[in-house]
Amino acid sequence: MFIPIYFWYSAFVIVLCGLLAISLRNPVHSVLAVLVLFFHMAGLYLLLQAEFLAAVQIIVYAGAILVLYLFVLFLVNLKEELKVSAFVPGVWLGRGIAAGLFVLLLWALPSFTAGMKGSWPSAAVTQAGHTKALGAELFTQYLLPFEIAGTILLVALIGGLVLAARVGQADRTEKTARSAGQETTPQPREEQS
Amino acid sequence: MTDRLLVLNPAAFNWGMITPVLPELILLAVGVVLVALDLFAPRQRQLLPWMTVLGVSAVLLMNLGMSVPPEAGIMLLNDGYTAFFCTLCLGSVILTALMREMYSEQMQAHHGEFYSLMVFSAVGMMVMIASVDLMTIFLGLELMALPLYVLIGMHKKEFRTSEAAAKYFLMGVFASALLLFGMSLLFGLSGSTNLAEIGTYIKSHSLASNPALVTALALLVAGLCFKVAVVPFHMWTPDVYEGAPTVLTAFMSAGPKAAGFAVFGRIMLTVFPELEPNWGPVLVMLAVLTMAVGNIVALVQNSLKRMLAYSAIAHAGYALLGIAAGTASGMAAAMSYLFIYLFMNMGAFAILIIFSRGQEEHESIHCCQGMAAKHPVLALCMLIFMFSLTGIPPTGGFTGKFYLFQSALAAGYTVPVIMAVLLSAVSAFFYLRIIRLMYMGAPEGQVTINSPTVGILVVLGVAVAGTILLGVAPGALFDWAQRAMLP
Repeated sequence: MFIPIYFWYSAFVIVLCGLLAISLRNPVHSVLAVLVLFFHMAGLYLLLQAEFLAAVQIIVYAGAILVLYLFVLFLVNLKEELKVSAFVPGVWLGRGIAAGLFVLLLWALPSFTAGMKGSWPSAAVTQAGHTKALGAELFTQYLLPFEIAGTILLVALIGGLVLAARVGQADRTEKTARSAGQETTPQPREEQS
Repeated sequence: MTDRLLVLNPAAFNWGMITPVLPELILLAVGVVLVALDLFAPRQRQLLPWMTVLGVSAVLLMNLGMSVPPEAGIMLLNDGYTAFFCTLCLGSVILTALMREMYSEQMQAHHGEFYSLMVFSAVGMMVMIASVDLMTIFLGLELMALPLYVLIGMHKKEFRTSEAAAKYFLMGVFASALLLFGMSLLFGLSGSTNLAEIGTYIKSHSLASNPALVTALALLVAGLCFKVAVVPFHMWTPDVYEGAPTVLTAFMSAGPKAAGFAVFGRIMLTVFPELEPNWGPVLVMLAVLTMAVGNIVALVQNSLKRMLAYSAIAHAGYALLGIAAGTASGMAAAMSYLFIYLFMNMGAFAILIIFSRGQEEHESIHCCQGMAAKHPVLALCMLIFMFSLTGIPPTGGFTGKFYLFQSALAAGYTVPVIMAVLLSAVSAFFYLRIIRLMYMGAPEGQVTINSPTVGILVVLGVAVAGTILLGVAPGALFDWAQRAMLP
């Protein structure tokens, strides 16, 4: 009885916070909404008996990454909103597509059937300990994806440095020439997906 | 349970797992060496392009010579398919590295990181091409795309490039999210991330009519169509291709796109052969739509670069027609076409880089007006590339399209092929307009161009030779593609 209620509560809060994060005007409020979202994600992981993932979710995402975002927001101190022309003509087109996707999923998901069971049934995971099982799998069978993810982080690091260095140089050369305040360019951030 | 947990010592580790990824590892090492060289030996920067060319060529040769027998549960596979697409993508990296020097001299922008980031992107392409596992496919895609976002945003001088970078980043992330959603549905339905295992599971449990599986298919197709810029998922392409530095546009329309098609073909033909009646007609429709939008919108473009961007969209439509046929020969035709497209596209962009003068990029279609009188050799090269892009007989573009249409006809798509031929005729208008301007227009003002560098001359030579040779004797390429499609 408790578990379905807990799941639905978490799922509802996650969707709500996701919507809030993209619709709130103040970036700090958005980040705080994402923080709540991450906590409830961790709650869902706990429900799946993945206590290590839940801890990592809170320590890394909620603890480290979001605080970093907040620091960036405070340091950059965006006074005026950056306006970029919309990629998709008309908001309603985008909303229509999103609604269509929602209906498609509602139609399709009831017929979902779970596939084969993997080599780690939940009893085995509980017996070995989630952290140990995860580590063993990650560094043997899934070593390759793990290393590729590491390479992605290396590239993100180099890319961030390149972009930051370029901004610094551009600022120095343009400091004299700049008269109008429209130089603010959108910064592609590294993604976490 | 304990024996499974004790495998963490190095002796018990399966080192055979490393062998199939050796080319990727070496390419990664090349990338790291390039970073180090750029950092610690800034005076030797003119060596960077040649180091890139050398390293990537070595990996290319190694990849061609490799044949590792497939093991069960392996994530990266070195088969003929991998070798074909890796040659294609690494070839695009080599050609771009050769062109880059000329461009950076014109733009007064020397970024050593360009080469290392491009090599990292190539590592991502190799991973996604060789992947037979959903997880590595996704990671490879991200590894390929992330350096591209940075490369586009690197030139901060123009607002246009920053906008292009932001746009490409947002669209890329959105496409990745769609792809990931589809993949997670697929994993939940089958319980495996291995493509072949999912395929057999779908077959043995007759899941083909399950709405959830169809939704997974739709999400995967939408995500992949974003990645290879197929209409109606192409909105980002013209702006990004126009805003990006010209060398990068040439690279993006050849290498990463081919890698996207590699994943597309692999997923469609291994996982969803049972659902072919579902996706075949849809993809054919998208292919025709892509050709129509690409070719018709290109008609009204006055910027040469933007015209080539729309032409890149149209050519993605032709390649998609091969995949949509749903047969091995159709895929082989798409692969050959992408290979031929590499040569003609790189050649056309090389000419565009030579023609654009000085700091300001001259991209107007009129920049080539009267070029034939002053620079007959360059004009002749451009003539060959434009003929090939249109699909006029003695060039590679013709044989590639012929083979594609033939395989689509064999799959029973008669009306779409007729449409495709008609749209090729439409494309003749804007490709041949450039030739007319070059040969019949009077030179507009002072026609001077920067003297081309050695690298770009090599690219032009290779592109002309490739376009002509593949037009006259395409047999070897077609045979290779056919053999690559054999299991």
